[in-house]
Amino acid sequence: MTAPRIRLNNVAFARSDYACLLDLDVPAGALVAVTGPSGAGKSTLLDLIAGFEIPQSGSILIGERDVTGDAPVDRPVSMLFQDNNLFAHLSAADNVGIGISPRLALTGDDREQVQAALQRVGLDGKAGRLPRQLSGGERQRVALARALVRDRPVLLLDEPFAALGPALRREMADLVVDLRDERHLTVLLVTHEPADVAGIASHVAFLDAGRVHAFGLPADVLGAGGGKAIGDYLGRR
Amino acid sequence: MNDRRGVTTGGLSLVLVVGLTAAAFAALITTATGHGSDAGLMTVYTARVVRFTLLQAVASMLLSVGPGMLVARALARRVAFPGRRLVLRLFALPLALPAIVAILGVVEIWGRQGLVNHAAEALGLAPVVDIYGLTGILIAHVFFNLPLAARLFLGALERVPGESWRLAAQLGFDGRASWRLIEWPVLKSQLPAVAGLVFMLCIASFTVVLTLGGGPRATTIEVAIYQALRFDFDPGLAVRLALMQLVLTGALVFAGVRMTQPLEVGASLDRRVPRPDGAALGARLSDAVAIALALLLTLPVFAAILVSGLVAPLTHLASDAGVWWAGATSLAIASSAAVLSIALAWPLAEMASSGRRASAKRLLRGLGRGAELASSLVLVMPPVVLGAGWFVLLLAVPGGRNMGFAVVIAINALMATPFVTRVLAPAVNDNRARHDRLCAGLGITGLARLRLIDWPVLARPLSVAGAFALALSLGDLGAIALFGNEHLVTLPLLLLQRLGSYRVDDAAGLALILGGLCMAIMTLAEQAARRDSVH
Repeated sequence: MTAPRIRLNNVAFARSDYACLLDLDVPAGALVAVTGPSGAGKSTLLDLIAGFEIPQSGSILIGERDVTGDAPVDRPVSMLFQDNNLFAHLSAADNVGIGISPRLALTGDDREQVQAALQRVGLDGKAGRLPRQLSGGERQRVALARALVRDRPVLLLDEPFAALGPALRREMADLVVDLRDERHLTVLLVTHEPADVAGIASHVAFLDAGRVHAFGLPADVLGAGGGKAIGDYLGRR
Repeated sequence: MNDRRGVTTGGLSLVLVVGLTAAAFAALITTATGHGSDAGLMTVYTARVVRFTLLQAVASMLLSVGPGMLVARALARRVAFPGRRLVLRLFALPLALPAIVAILGVVEIWGRQGLVNHAAEALGLAPVVDIYGLTGILIAHVFFNLPLAARLFLGALERVPGESWRLAAQLGFDGRASWRLIEWPVLKSQLPAVAGLVFMLCIASFTVVLTLGGGPRATTIEVAIYQALRFDFDPGLAVRLALMQLVLTGALVFAGVRMTQPLEVGASLDRRVPRPDGAALGARLSDAVAIALALLLTLPVFAAILVSGLVAPLTHLASDAGVWWAGATSLAIASSAAVLSIALAWPLAEMASSGRRASAKRLLRGLGRGAELASSLVLVMPPVVLGAGWFVLLLAVPGGRNMGFAVVIAINALMATPFVTRVLAPAVNDNRARHDRLCAGLGITGLARLRLIDWPVLARPLSVAGAFALALSLGDLGAIALFGNEHLVTLPLLLLQRLGSYRVDDAAGLALILGGLCMAIMTLAEQAARRDSVH
């Protein structure tokens, strides 16, 4: 698997209470921290790439493939949300396995793959547990394990670690970086935490009022020359 | 359920619900037009019936809502007296009990040969209560609705944040200031909705008026419809009355939607919010009196049902083939109605949920709104009116009288649909919000989604809703009173027949069986619902 480039060309999306116009070119294998104030369009950007929202105009390309009208399941994308990544009534193993077979018709090889993925994210021995029997961090690891078995080259993370403490968040962020390197993924991570950005991101996309206000290396976008909107967001005087 | 499947099945449900109701409505209108030359819409008789319908509903509402408010306040102030939880459970029971069963208990206490009149006689007084007529109707309505109003008001008072009471203590509020500044604003906001609900229940209270009313002086529109169809064989009159009831309930539902805030479903949460007020002797006494009077209204009725049921010839009833047949018919009708009600309400709830999403297209939003309205259609067109429509429709169909069984099931299912939807809608919305994107991303669709996700998640709310529908249908007398015959008898109808033929002991035994059955189902459903809210 090779990490794909992601392009959004003049992607316009509007609903009754919200509108955005997005242009973005993410290099292959990048780990992009998507940041900006509330309502800037960060989650909408990820929803558009994942196919949960369909733009009114413009195009979305993953690699060389135009995925603009494709259903979410047909796109080479896995996405983790802030909450509700797991089915509460399914065990950790089934929550991962459903990523391989939506009917949960798993072969022996599939089950081995599930165990390996759980092992990779540090959940060996917890396959039979229900989500409520796992901690917040463990639940997000199960969701990451599912992303691993789905084997899609684009990983979208919509603030999945926001509810975790600083140490756990750091640990999860490191795991995402490792997975990106191992699996050759292109990753977009929505975050409100500049600390997350500084530690792991190769690039930063700063969104404001439904537009990509700035895109580049973290030091360039978040540094002193980033502009007034970014300064205001970061609380710089 | 994805949007496409939701729209297909929801659309089908919408067509069925609207079709069943519209067919009845069309039958009423057509018949009314056909009989239009015989009499005007408002005759001396119909005017008297409408006047009595409104009079008894207003009086019942005033007698239930005002005292209900005082009882709620007393319960809110007394958070730690022994048996408080039992009192709250007791106040939930009248609604779980089939009306015909409760009325039997009311008669045991307040009837001519009841406990109250016996007590008066023992004291050398004349009988103090005549149960048949307006007095009896009011007693029964207050029995049903005062506890309901008290629970709804108590729920509102329990939602007052604890900080408000701490602040009141800090600022030295006395009872009067607490009432004016904290309690009354909360109660006032709920008052139109609670009063509207009680008024509506009393307007459409068929069984109470059928058994305790009677005669042209104490007849409501619904009972007059029944009498016109079953005794006077005057479909024209029934249709005119049905249209009046339709206008009345339609106006009430419209006013309710426009003017009141939605009621919180949970009624009392049984939360114990510590309150610093109410320590004065006067407050303690008035609270004790309010709670004691409410208990005096409810407890003896339940005790009477239990005692007279236990001394009834239960073994004789057990060997009565008619009882077994009625029981089997009741169960067959109720379980079919429960299944049909869920089959109608679930897709409607799914479609309503689809329409409520921010990204929903205009058509989907319209369909969603239509689904929400359709599930409450029976509130505008009560079961007796719906039944009247189908009754006149089937008169015109050869062999139509033999379709009573199916029509009773359909009417009972429609009658339960608003309640079933109310139980299902939050669970459906939650399921959609949690799982739609996840399922779309993972390609879990169709039957796989139904089997792996929707069914396991919704099984419990579906069972709760089904149990409510089952209990409602088991206790219904409205539809079966119109369509029942010697071959189609349910337990409530049999109970009414035995009462009518003065076999009171049989009726008491049947009441215990029917009441016990409905209470057991409702209690199980409530417990399941509570477990659901804990998880």
